[in-house]
Amino acid sequence: MVNRAACEGDADKVSEMVEAVLAPVDRLREADEPHSQIVRFGADKPLRLDAGVDLSPFQIAYQTYGTLNADRSNAVLVCHALTADQHVANVHPVTGKGGWGETMVGPGRPIDTERYFVICANVIGGCMGSSGPASTNPATGEPWGLDFPVITIPDMVRAQAMLIDHLGIDTLFAVAGGSMGGMQVLQWTASYPQRVFAALPLATSTRHSAQNIAFHEVGRQAIMADPEWCKGRYFAERRDPRKGLAVARMGAHITYLSDAALHRKFGRRFQDRDNPTFSFDADFQVESYLRHQGISFVERFDANSYLYLTRAMDYFDLAGDYDGVLANAWKGSQTRFCVISFTSDWLFPTSESRAIVHALNAGGARVSFAEIVTDKGHDAFLLDEPELFAIVRGFLEGSARARGLPVQRR
Amino acid sequence: MMLSRLKRDLTMAEAARTPGGSRVDLLVVTDMVERGAKVLDIGCGDGELLRLLGETRNVDGRGIELSREGVNEGVAKGLAVIQGDADTDLSDYPNDAFDYVILSQTLQATRQPRVVLEHMLRIGRHAIVSFPNFGHWRIRLQVLFGGHMPRTDNLPYAWWDSPNIHFCTIKDFRELCDVVGAKMDRSVALNAWGAPIRLKVPWWFWNLFGEQAVFLLSRKN
Repeated sequence: MVNRAACEGDADKVSEMVEAVLAPVDRLREADEPHSQIVRFGADKPLRLDAGVDLSPFQIAYQTYGTLNADRSNAVLVCHALTADQHVANVHPVTGKGGWGETMVGPGRPIDTERYFVICANVIGGCMGSSGPASTNPATGEPWGLDFPVITIPDMVRAQAMLIDHLGIDTLFAVAGGSMGGMQVLQWTASYPQRVFAALPLATSTRHSAQNIAFHEVGRQAIMADPEWCKGRYFAERRDPRKGLAVARMGAHITYLSDAALHRKFGRRFQDRDNPTFSFDADFQVESYLRHQGISFVERFDANSYLYLTRAMDYFDLAGDYDGVLANAWKGSQTRFCVISFTSDWLFPTSESRAIVHALNAGGARVSFAEIVTDKGHDAFLLDEPELFAIVRGFLEGSARARGLPVQRR
Repeated sequence: MMLSRLKRDLTMAEAARTPGGSRVDLLVVTDMVERGAKVLDIGCGDGELLRLLGETRNVDGRGIELSREGVNEGVAKGLAVIQGDADTDLSDYPNDAFDYVILSQTLQATRQPRVVLEHMLRIGRHAIVSFPNFGHWRIRLQVLFGGHMPRTDNLPYAWWDSPNIHFCTIKDFRELCDVVGAKMDRSVALNAWGAPIRLKVPWWFWNLFGEQAVFLLSRKN
């Protein structure tokens, strides 16, 4: 959807809108005292990070939906992607918009909250209530900024496992997620094979490609080139690197779509004008759309958090922890896998999913794999794709039967 | 015999879903599989055989299917199906990964039937292959007197749009088994009405009157 105000197009208007959005102080509050349930882990339960340091104390913010059954066997962990958060199926407390996954998760949805107990936690390094660079460093009383240790996908998963322990759940019925969320799903099945009955990695990979690292680097450089960034100390300096973060988002957003989808949505159409203005206004619809994406992103996301989470994705290389042999990550795995890719996804193309499937087959794991035809690009995993829903529903239904969960009411 | 016993095992609803004709070959295949076995079905279509094996034999079943629609239908049914190509993807599977590797009505559509069969015998302790017999008398008559490529209920395609590129007769297939070192543990030929032909007839009779054949194979050594 093209935001009308953003489509006015000139740079001043954009700046005005940016000024109007959430003040940094509100974002700081959301990082420490979020509109979510929180579990705090004290000095007795540090999070051991791949970077070689302990994070302690730390906290995880999470949302739950549905009811945990008496056997504690119906829990589904949903892992969110790079710029999403724990608000998968409820109104977002900052933006006031619906949850990012409410077509997939909810009553009667493929991940049915009337049958499953759904948990979604903000990742470590995030900015919506789990410990991250925008959180207060207990040692200084100031926001962590770049003093926050660099975190990895395995770190995120280790923290989630502590949350699952805290909730008294031994085995998760399913772990599901797309993109960076899919990386967490894959890490879960490798790190805790006994604790994952079924796994749904969507539009993802076991390692971030050079091209994807390159895209991320452009985004990070955009943030760091913003004078407001202040080497990550923008909260202390009372500054806000909105423009850098917005540009990072604009660049990344292109990679989430596809040439065909952009052409279908916008073509070369002008925005509220019949002729070019011979200026650098947002003459084209696609320009104003991207500007709007950038502007609406900075109201809910922290620039440093963007640096940390993109870094975590870049470092992800599951086979690296298993002597370079991916199949070893899943040796003897009893988990049921359903791997899904999308034809127009050029960020995590089908070949990446096939590599996962090959490795799982080599290890004798039970795996399903489907490629869905769509022109919507990488973002398709978040969108209304009937075929995707049918497959996820069918896969979970079959897994529920195998798990001995009650059969779905029809 | 075993087949009729199996038929009695099936509920009426299942029997209705597998009415006579060509689908009897699925029952014959099912009959050859031990309970609880680990099975790979190559070219599993919409997963009908895997479903049947799951319900009647309680197998741990996996499928490979080339067509996207078939894969998505199978996965939506809760089956473990991956999109893949018999000609290229079998090399990814380790030795002895399955108890049975099944190629049901797909052999004639592979580019390299010999390579596929060799992989099947490598991946599985047993291989089950079913295929339409190109030596059946009606096919022979169509070529001999009609002078055109044969078309039957089981082989409905015109020559120019057929996915079937490597037809063989029962005799031909037995030769291939020799070439790749496969032992024939069981074999069943089905006549035009889908009924199994009695076992005690010579091979030439099967080759003439068997419209379809199902072989249970294993490695010779």
